[in-house]
Amino acid sequence: MPLRLNKAYSDAIRAHGSRDYPSECCGMMLGKAEGDEKTVTEIVALRNLRHDPNRAQEILPLGDPGKETEKNRFLIDPLDQLRVEKDARKRGLDVLGYYHSHPDHPARPSNYDRDHAWPWYSYVIIAIERGTPKELTSWVLAEDRATFHPEVVVDSGS
Amino acid sequence: MAVKVIIPTPLRQYAEKKESMEVHAKTVAEALGAIISQYGDLRKHLYTDEGKLRSFVNIYVGDEDIRFLEKEKTPLKDNDVISIVPSIAGGSASACCAGHDLCCC
Repeated sequence: MPLRLNKAYSDAIRAHGSRDYPSECCGMMLGKAEGDEKTVTEIVALRNLRHDPNRAQEILPLGDPGKETEKNRFLIDPLDQLRVEKDARKRGLDVLGYYHSHPDHPARPSNYDRDHAWPWYSYVIIAIERGTPKELTSWVLAEDRATFHPEVVVDSGS
Repeated sequence: MAVKVIIPTPLRQYAEKKESMEVHAKTVAEALGAIISQYGDLRKHLYTDEGKLRSFVNIYVGDEDIRFLEKEKTPLKDNDVISIVPSIAGGSASACCAGHDLCCC
Protein backbone atom coordinates (compact mmCIF):
# COMPACT_ATOMS: atom_id res chain seq x y z
CA MET A 1 0.00 0.00 0.00
CA PRO A 2 1.82 3.18 -1.10
CA LEU A 3 1.75 6.21 1.16
CA ARG A 4 0.88 9.38 -0.71
CA LEU A 5 2.64 12.19 1.09
CA ASN A 6 2.65 15.66 -0.40
CA LYS A 7 6.11 17.31 -0.40
CA ALA A 8 4.79 20.08 1.86
CA TYR A 9 4.07 17.42 4.52
CA SER A 10 7.35 15.57 4.13
CA ASP A 11 9.15 18.93 4.37
CA ALA A 12 7.21 19.71 7.54
CA ILE A 13 8.27 16.35 9.01
CA ARG A 14 11.92 17.07 8.12
CA ALA A 15 11.67 20.53 9.67
CA HIS A 16 10.13 19.12 12.86
CA GLY A 17 12.98 16.59 13.12
CA SER A 18 15.56 19.35 12.75
CA ARG A 19 13.82 21.63 15.21
CA ASP A 20 13.67 19.00 17.96
CA TYR A 21 17.20 17.66 17.39
CA PRO A 22 18.96 16.16 19.38
CA SER A 23 15.67 14.86 20.80
CA GLU A 24 13.31 12.64 18.88
CA CYS A 25 10.26 14.34 17.41
CA CYS A 26 6.93 12.67 16.74
CA GLY A 27 3.60 13.35 15.11
CA MET A 28 0.49 11.91 13.54
CA MET A 29 -0.56 11.55 9.89
CA LEU A 30 -4.25 11.95 9.06
CA GLY A 31 -6.05 11.36 5.80
CA LYS A 32 -7.95 8.78 3.78
CA ALA A 33 -7.33 5.11 3.15
CA GLU A 34 -9.04 4.00 -0.03
CA GLY A 35 -8.47 0.75 -1.84
CA ASP A 36 -4.78 -0.02 -1.45
CA GLU A 37 -3.64 3.57 -0.97
CA LYS A 38 -3.24 5.88 1.97
CA THR A 39 -3.31 9.61 1.21
CA VAL A 40 -2.06 11.98 3.88
CA THR A 41 -4.06 15.22 4.00
CA GLU A 42 -2.82 16.58 7.31
CA ILE A 43 0.06 16.11 9.70
CA VAL A 44 -0.06 17.00 13.38
CA ALA A 45 3.17 17.60 15.31
CA LEU A 46 2.87 16.14 18.80
CA ARG A 47 4.90 16.41 21.99
CA ASN A 48 7.37 13.62 22.81
CA LEU A 49 6.13 12.57 26.25
CA ARG A 50 9.62 11.23 27.12
CA HIS A 51 10.41 14.90 27.97
CA ASP A 52 8.15 14.28 30.98
CA PRO A 53 9.70 11.07 32.34
CA ASN A 54 7.36 10.66 35.31
CA ARG A 55 4.17 10.79 33.27
CA ALA A 56 5.75 8.73 30.46
CA GLN A 57 6.71 5.98 32.93
CA GLU A 58 3.07 5.78 34.07
CA ILE A 59 1.89 5.28 30.49
CA LEU A 60 4.59 2.96 29.14
CA PRO A 61 7.47 2.10 31.50
CA LEU A 62 11.03 1.89 30.12
CA GLY A 63 13.46 -0.83 31.05
CA ASP A 64 16.30 1.58 31.80
CA PRO A 65 15.11 5.20 32.20
CA GLY A 66 18.73 6.23 32.88
CA LYS A 67 19.86 5.36 29.35
CA GLU A 68 16.55 5.64 27.52
CA THR A 69 15.57 9.28 27.21
CA GLU A 70 13.85 11.67 24.80
CA LYS A 71 17.04 11.51 22.71
CA ASN A 72 16.54 7.87 21.74
CA ARG A 73 12.90 7.18 22.65
CA PHE A 74 9.55 8.74 21.90
CA LEU A 75 6.11 8.21 23.30
CA ILE A 76 2.94 10.01 22.30
CA ASP A 77 0.60 11.06 25.08
CA PRO A 78 -2.55 8.93 24.54
CA LEU A 79 -4.63 11.91 25.63
CA ASP A 80 -3.15 13.95 22.75
CA GLN A 81 -3.98 11.05 20.40
CA LEU A 82 -7.53 10.88 21.71
CA ARG A 83 -8.01 14.63 21.22
CA VAL A 84 -6.62 14.67 17.66
CA GLU A 85 -8.44 11.45 16.66
CA LYS A 86 -11.76 12.77 17.93
CA ASP A 87 -11.35 15.97 15.95
CA ALA A 88 -10.23 14.02 12.85
CA ARG A 89 -13.23 11.69 13.05
CA LYS A 90 -15.60 14.67 13.01
CA ARG A 91 -13.98 15.75 9.74
CA GLY A 92 -14.13 12.26 8.21
CA LEU A 93 -10.36 11.68 8.46
CA ASP A 94 -8.60 8.56 9.69
CA VAL A 95 -5.30 8.12 11.51
CA LEU A 96 -3.05 6.65 8.81
CA GLY A 97 0.12 6.42 10.88
CA TYR A 98 2.81 8.25 12.78
CA TYR A 99 6.23 9.78 12.14
CA HIS A 100 9.28 10.13 14.34
CA SER A 101 12.92 11.11 13.97
CA HIS A 102 16.11 9.14 14.49
CA PRO A 103 18.72 11.70 15.64
CA ASP A 104 22.15 10.60 14.36
CA HIS A 105 20.79 7.20 13.40
CA PRO A 106 19.67 5.83 10.03
CA ALA A 107 16.03 5.93 8.91
CA ARG A 108 15.62 2.24 9.67
CA PRO A 109 13.26 0.88 12.32
CA SER A 110 14.97 -0.38 15.47
CA ASN A 111 13.96 -3.51 17.35
CA TYR A 112 12.33 -1.18 19.86
CA ASP A 113 10.28 0.38 17.04
CA ARG A 114 9.16 -3.06 15.92
CA ASP A 115 8.29 -4.24 19.44
CA HIS A 116 5.98 -1.25 19.85
CA ALA A 117 4.43 -1.13 16.38
CA TRP A 118 0.82 -1.81 15.43
CA PRO A 119 -0.37 -3.45 12.24
CA TRP A 120 -1.64 -1.37 9.31
CA TYR A 121 -0.26 2.01 10.44
CA SER A 122 2.44 3.68 8.34
CA TYR A 123 5.53 4.49 10.40
CA VAL A 124 7.54 7.28 8.80
CA ILE A 125 11.11 7.73 10.03
CA ILE A 126 13.24 10.79 9.30
CA ALA A 127 16.99 10.49 9.90
CA ILE A 128 18.51 13.65 11.35
CA GLU A 129 22.30 13.94 11.12
CA ARG A 130 23.81 16.63 13.34
CA GLY A 131 20.60 18.63 13.04
CA THR A 132 20.18 18.21 9.26
CA PRO A 133 17.33 16.09 7.86
CA LYS A 134 18.48 13.22 5.64
CA GLU A 135 16.61 10.15 4.42
CA LEU A 136 12.86 9.75 4.96
CA THR A 137 11.41 6.23 4.88
CA SER A 138 8.08 4.59 5.68
CA TRP A 139 7.38 1.14 7.11
CA VAL A 140 4.46 -1.16 7.84
CA LEU A 141 4.61 -3.97 10.38
CA ALA A 142 4.44 -7.48 8.91
CA GLU A 143 1.41 -9.56 9.90
CA ASP A 144 3.60 -11.92 11.99
CA ARG A 145 5.27 -8.91 13.74
CA ALA A 146 8.69 -10.38 12.86
CA THR A 147 9.75 -7.47 10.68
CA PHE A 148 8.73 -4.23 8.99
CA HIS A 149 8.00 -4.02 5.26
CA PRO A 150 9.28 -0.87 3.54
CA GLU A 151 6.45 1.22 2.12
CA VAL A 152 6.72 3.28 -1.05
CA VAL A 153 6.33 7.00 -0.36
CA VAL A 154 4.79 8.87 -3.29
CA ASP A 155 4.80 12.65 -3.54
CA SER A 156 1.12 13.27 -4.18
CA GLY A 157 1.75 16.75 -5.57
CA SER A 158 0.10 19.91 -4.33
CA MET B 1 -25.98 0.16 29.61
CA ALA B 2 -25.75 0.93 25.91
CA VAL B 3 -22.23 2.18 25.22
CA LYS B 4 -20.10 2.86 22.16
CA VAL B 5 -16.62 1.41 21.64
CA ILE B 6 -14.38 3.24 19.15
CA ILE B 7 -12.13 0.87 17.17
CA PRO B 8 -8.74 2.35 16.15
CA THR B 9 -7.72 2.03 12.47
CA PRO B 10 -5.16 -0.81 12.94
CA LEU B 11 -7.80 -3.05 14.56
CA ARG B 12 -10.65 -2.38 12.12
CA GLN B 13 -9.39 -5.10 9.79
CA TYR B 14 -10.34 -7.60 12.52
CA ALA B 15 -13.83 -6.09 12.99
CA GLU B 16 -15.26 -5.94 9.47
CA LYS B 17 -13.76 -2.44 9.08
CA LYS B 18 -16.14 -1.00 11.67
CA GLU B 19 -15.15 2.35 13.17
CA SER B 20 -17.22 1.76 16.29
CA MET B 21 -19.55 -0.76 17.89
CA GLU B 22 -22.58 -0.34 20.14
CA VAL B 23 -22.64 -2.88 22.96
CA HIS B 24 -24.42 -3.41 26.28
CA ALA B 25 -22.04 -3.49 29.24
CA LYS B 26 -21.86 -2.44 32.89
CA THR B 27 -18.05 -2.24 33.05
CA VAL B 28 -15.10 -1.67 30.71
CA ALA B 29 -14.20 -5.38 30.94
CA GLU B 30 -17.72 -6.33 29.82
CA ALA B 31 -17.61 -3.87 26.93
CA LEU B 32 -14.29 -5.25 25.67
CA GLY B 33 -15.60 -8.80 26.22
CA ALA B 34 -18.66 -7.95 24.12
CA ILE B 35 -16.64 -6.74 21.12
CA ILE B 36 -14.29 -9.74 21.39
CA SER B 37 -17.25 -12.14 21.49
CA GLN B 38 -18.29 -10.73 18.09
CA TYR B 39 -14.78 -10.47 16.65
CA GLY B 40 -12.49 -13.04 18.25
CA ASP B 41 -9.39 -11.87 16.36
CA LEU B 42 -9.39 -8.68 18.44
CA ARG B 43 -8.49 -10.64 21.58
CA LYS B 44 -4.80 -11.18 20.85
CA HIS B 45 -4.33 -7.48 20.13
CA LEU B 46 -5.98 -6.35 23.36
CA TYR B 47 -5.06 -9.09 25.85
CA THR B 48 -1.96 -11.15 26.64
CA ASP B 49 -2.10 -14.95 26.63
CA GLU B 50 -2.53 -14.68 30.42
CA GLY B 51 -5.69 -12.61 29.93
CA LYS B 52 -4.21 -9.29 31.05
CA LEU B 53 -4.86 -6.08 29.13
CA ARG B 54 -1.74 -5.38 27.05
CA SER B 55 0.48 -2.58 28.32
CA PHE B 56 0.51 -1.03 24.80
CA VAL B 57 -3.26 -0.59 24.94
CA ASN B 58 -4.79 2.50 26.55
CA ILE B 59 -8.49 2.52 27.31
CA TYR B 60 -10.38 5.76 27.87
CA VAL B 61 -13.94 6.27 29.06
CA GLY B 62 -14.77 9.70 27.70
CA ASP B 63 -11.55 11.63 28.41
CA GLU B 64 -10.53 9.55 31.43
CA ASP B 65 -7.76 6.94 31.33
CA ILE B 66 -9.06 3.81 33.10
CA ARG B 67 -5.59 3.38 34.72
CA PHE B 68 -6.56 6.28 36.97
CA LEU B 69 -10.16 5.08 37.50
CA GLU B 70 -10.97 1.49 38.43
CA LYS B 71 -9.08 -0.05 35.51
CA GLU B 72 -11.17 -2.69 33.73
CA LYS B 73 -13.69 -2.67 36.57
CA THR B 74 -14.51 0.97 35.77
CA PRO B 75 -18.33 1.20 35.73
CA LEU B 76 -20.12 2.53 32.66
CA LYS B 77 -23.15 4.76 32.21
CA ASP B 78 -25.59 4.81 29.33
CA ASN B 79 -24.09 6.47 26.22
CA ASP B 80 -20.50 6.32 27.52
CA VAL B 81 -17.88 6.32 24.76
CA ILE B 82 -14.96 3.92 25.24
CA SER B 83 -11.87 4.59 23.14
CA ILE B 84 -9.15 2.02 22.48
CA VAL B 85 -6.00 4.12 22.03
CA PRO B 86 -2.91 2.21 20.84
CA SER B 87 0.32 3.27 22.56
CA ILE B 88 2.59 4.88 19.99
CA ALA B 89 6.23 4.57 20.98
CA GLY B 90 9.58 3.91 19.40
CA GLY B 91 13.13 5.07 19.25
CA SER B 92 16.35 5.04 17.36
CA ALA B 93 18.37 2.49 19.30
CA SER B 94 17.70 -0.76 21.08
CA ALA B 95 18.11 -0.75 24.84
CA CYS B 96 21.41 -2.63 24.49
CA CYS B 97 23.08 0.35 22.83
CA ALA B 98 21.00 3.23 24.13
CA GLY B 99 23.35 5.76 25.62
CA HIS B 100 26.42 4.49 23.76
CA ASP B 101 28.02 6.51 21.01
CA LEU B 102 28.19 3.60 18.62
CA CYS B 103 25.02 1.68 17.94
CA CYS B 104 25.35 -2.05 17.56
CA CYS B 105 21.75 -2.77 16.50
